[in-house]
Amino acid sequence: MGPLNSIRPKTRLSNSNLLFMIAGIIFVLMYGFALISYPGSFMQFQTFFDLFNLNAALFIVTLGLCVVMIGGGIDISVGAVCGLVTMACAMLLESGVGNVWGALFLALGIGLAFGFMHGYLIAYLEIQPFIITLAGMFLAQGLLTTLHKEPLNVTMPAFVRLRNFTIEIPWLGTENRLGVFIPCEIKPGVIVVLVLVLLYAILMKWSRFGRNVYAVGGNPQSARMLGINVKKTIFFSYVICGLTAGISGFVFLMTTGAGNIGNGALFEMKAIASNVMGGILLNGGVGNLLGAPIGTMTLLTINELIRAAGVQSNLQAIVSGLLLYLFIVLQSIVMSLRGRSKFRLALPSWLKSQQPSGEKKAENQG
Amino acid sequence: MPRIKRHLNNMSHLFLPLSVLVVLIIINLIKGADYFKITMVNGAFYGNIPNILFGASELVILSIGMTLVTAASRGQDISIGEIGAITSAIFVQYVLRAGGDVTIWTVLVGFLISCVAGLFIGAFNGTLVSFFKVQPMVATLILFLGGRSIAFIIDGKVSPILANEISNRIGTVIPGVPIQTPIILTAVFIAVFAVVLKTTNLRLYVEAVGINPSAARLNGIDPKKIIFLTFLLMGVCSAVAGFIAVNKAGRHDSVNLLKFIMMDAILAVALGGNSLGGGKFSITGSIIGAYTIEVLNRTLLRLEVNPEAIKAFKAVFIIILMVMASPVVSVFAGKVLDKAKMIVARYSVRQTDGLNKAAVSITDTTGKKEE
Repeated sequence: MGPLNSIRPKTRLSNSNLLFMIAGIIFVLMYGFALISYPGSFMQFQTFFDLFNLNAALFIVTLGLCVVMIGGGIDISVGAVCGLVTMACAMLLESGVGNVWGALFLALGIGLAFGFMHGYLIAYLEIQPFIITLAGMFLAQGLLTTLHKEPLNVTMPAFVRLRNFTIEIPWLGTENRLGVFIPCEIKPGVIVVLVLVLLYAILMKWSRFGRNVYAVGGNPQSARMLGINVKKTIFFSYVICGLTAGISGFVFLMTTGAGNIGNGALFEMKAIASNVMGGILLNGGVGNLLGAPIGTMTLLTINELIRAAGVQSNLQAIVSGLLLYLFIVLQSIVMSLRGRSKFRLALPSWLKSQQPSGEKKAENQG
Repeated sequence: MPRIKRHLNNMSHLFLPLSVLVVLIIINLIKGADYFKITMVNGAFYGNIPNILFGASELVILSIGMTLVTAASRGQDISIGEIGAITSAIFVQYVLRAGGDVTIWTVLVGFLISCVAGLFIGAFNGTLVSFFKVQPMVATLILFLGGRSIAFIIDGKVSPILANEISNRIGTVIPGVPIQTPIILTAVFIAVFAVVLKTTNLRLYVEAVGINPSAARLNGIDPKKIIFLTFLLMGVCSAVAGFIAVNKAGRHDSVNLLKFIMMDAILAVALGGNSLGGGKFSITGSIIGAYTIEVLNRTLLRLEVNPEAIKAFKAVFIIILMVMASPVVSVFAGKVLDKAKMIVARYSVRQTDGLNKAAVSITDTTGKKEE
């Protein structure tokens, strides 16, 4: 018994964590490469924070989509809903009737409405998610163009104050050429991103709902047999996704300060790409929620790198497509090697001691 | 009689798209009774129906390919518009650089070259999906993001103009033929596909792979090969669609050519009663679905809907349609219908007080149900 136990100290990582680790390593490598090749810009902390400052809405959209993708569905309406929210909120703020809180509630309301619609139609009427969210995308785009066609800049003082509000980090920063210290700045959107990441990670990891989502995404049939309310779980995953899209619309407006038809365009594709990079598979049931922000950061770093390299604007899309290609192939090769069980990742010893005691007992008995 | 009944049962998936088509046509007729009017202009037919057939030609071709891809790989190809843009860019470059007069052979060779390019791009997507086991939507996302830039670079950063007689004729009409050329090309394409599906085992294999890949493998069908093949066919379909689109437009606009057509193609597949989760498929359904989308677009324009709101109306229409077609609603409707039939049957029993006649009426109603 003793020698047998010592032979098998390898604890297999779950697929989710393996993919998450790959995503994390790729991001670190990518950023390291960026640091080495363009130290001038990437060494500054502000560059790193600007990834968040300028793309907070994309981060949030990706989070919401991640929940749906783990549940085995897809929502391609998120970008359009985000755009609709920016325009609706901008119109409300400009009309002089509403205040900032009203706009926030409007954003949440629109997001929830779309989430409820998608959730009900997909979960309870069993319609294919792709088609319903496609219809949702058309609906949001149609409403957006019906509302207002020209870009609408918000000039309401309270909102402008919120838009220009930044949080300075006094101990981080750079000195400019004159030797004046400029502290790093963070926009309030980043705080929203951090809070949401934390909230969603807890939700997916430790709440009953989160575990149900994993079960349903992995295999709806066996989830039903385990006594999970599959329809309710799917319904709430779409509601959460819609709500997140609403929040992201408000954050988008907080970042740019204007409602525009092009707002949130192609966010759905970017979000899907980020999630795939973060190791969340479209099949469902696999993925770590923290992979979503990691994947988004990888995507954004790639874009920043290409921009810093001064590549022609047409080649940018091709290069980012190629990188996505390499990434997907790498992921798939690792997964298939793992499937053939030639490739095992052993946990370091300090992690192994944290095995649950129940498992050890079972081993001893075996 | 039973043969007809079986036939009708086989056609039941066409009920939804056909009924929608009928409803749309009725709406159009209410709007104006001259909907079916066809006029002759310069020896060719023009009117609402020819326009619909003309406008939907690329969509029909793409939806055929999309049906196969969806059935085999249980996912959708979202890069079809980009593939069309790349292959048509190659076609345009060949025609412009061929030198001398543009003859029918130049166009034909250009078309074949663009088809080969389509095959290569299809092979790229197919390799990712079948051998690397990437989900189709993710695999084709790569070309979706980068494809238009490739087309733009092939074009040489301008949008070249196809100003020759033959391209013009392919895009509009050939003198002496009363039907617009894209309609003829679409019909030929559909015919070729129908012959291929009738004479080969393609349908059986694709359905087997779509229903259960591992079971198909145990039966000696290689799912990888079949999925790869469907993506190759998708590439060819995209190349043909790109060819028609660029000849229609007369110039190659790499940014707007076939833009966002994959959404309509996927919608056509779903409207045709096909599951987006793979398995059994109906090409006829997809074709009717594609024409339905074109009719819907033109109906909204004809009803003078605010152009900004067209998308919203389309969305509402799609949602209503999908709710009507959803399994839950159809089961519910079936229950209601059965109950109504029971009541009718009971009523007739009471009326006649004859068991014999009641039995007849019950068999009659069940027969109706099957239809």
